[in-house]
Amino acid sequence: MKAKEAWFKKGMKDGIPIALGYFAVSFTLGIAAKNAGLTAIQAMLMSLTNLTSAGEFAALGLISSGATYLEMAVTQLVINLRYCLMSCSLSQKIDPKSPYYHRFIFSAGVTDEIFGISSNIEGKLSPFYSYGALCVAVPAWTFGTFLGVVAGNIMPVRVLSALSIALFGMFIAIIIPPAKEDKVLAGLIIISMLSATLFYYLPIISWISSGFRIIILTVVIAGIAAVLFPKENEEGEEHEI
Amino acid sequence: MKFNIYLYIIIMALITYLIRMLPLTLIRKQIKSKRIRSFLYYVPYVTLSVMTFPAILTSTSSIWSALAGFVTAIIIAYRGGSLIKVSMGSCIAVFLLEFLI
Repeated sequence: MKAKEAWFKKGMKDGIPIALGYFAVSFTLGIAAKNAGLTAIQAMLMSLTNLTSAGEFAALGLISSGATYLEMAVTQLVINLRYCLMSCSLSQKIDPKSPYYHRFIFSAGVTDEIFGISSNIEGKLSPFYSYGALCVAVPAWTFGTFLGVVAGNIMPVRVLSALSIALFGMFIAIIIPPAKEDKVLAGLIIISMLSATLFYYLPIISWISSGFRIIILTVVIAGIAAVLFPKENEEGEEHEI
Repeated sequence: MKFNIYLYIIIMALITYLIRMLPLTLIRKQIKSKRIRSFLYYVPYVTLSVMTFPAILTSTSSIWSALAGFVTAIIIAYRGGSLIKVSMGSCIAVFLLEFLI
């Protein structure tokens, strides 16, 4: 019992920077939702049930253009396919001793950011850590969307701009510390960022959507790294991420 | 024909949930292959790096404030700052720089 509470509290604490970033992004999302013709309730419902910024922004575009339901389904599949990769990674991270049904609840909250902080945990991951973070982050995401719809112009642009970098700052806080001691990780981070920049700016390749860019680069770079620098991780060792 | 917004939302939510849920529930056992384990070990670092850069540069109102936030985050993270410190530090750097320019 104690351990669950401790995990939950730790999750809530790490959920704070996520909540700040989510608020900024979802506020902008709310403004877009209003322009697409959604009511505040509909926009809130969308945010609460989806928890995916890229997917929701794309959905708003589809809704306002009157796309078919099939188009909606395929677009969501393509944009959100990266979560599949994250869930594969987390399937090995989640504590095998925690009851199976937790996996059904836990998986609803696999966002880029929850994935980030969950991977950052040393050793096995308790689902209660994720629940704690979600308890803080999801209300911010949902309420931010609501506010964006009903009061899109009350938020000072400067504050919104500053908060928009919060999630990226958090990603940096996750990847940099372990790279200090591990030269392979440091190299991987630099190569990944440079490759993403190439994919972003080079002609033709830059047509690849951001969702697929993430998937392709992750599979290729992590794949090559796994072949060249396999981790010596035997049973019982708790140093895998 | 007018489409129903609630139906759109249900379809989105369902697809997105399935993508997240299937790997987590289908892969129950610990993977033994050293190669796959190593791959999954590297996945978060590569994914988070690819998502951060260059996207971070266009996240704020100007590339200069974004750069300031990026550099600030790296410095605080390198010194072992917590998630919230690094995150808020980069926000403050952006805010201050946008105040100046």
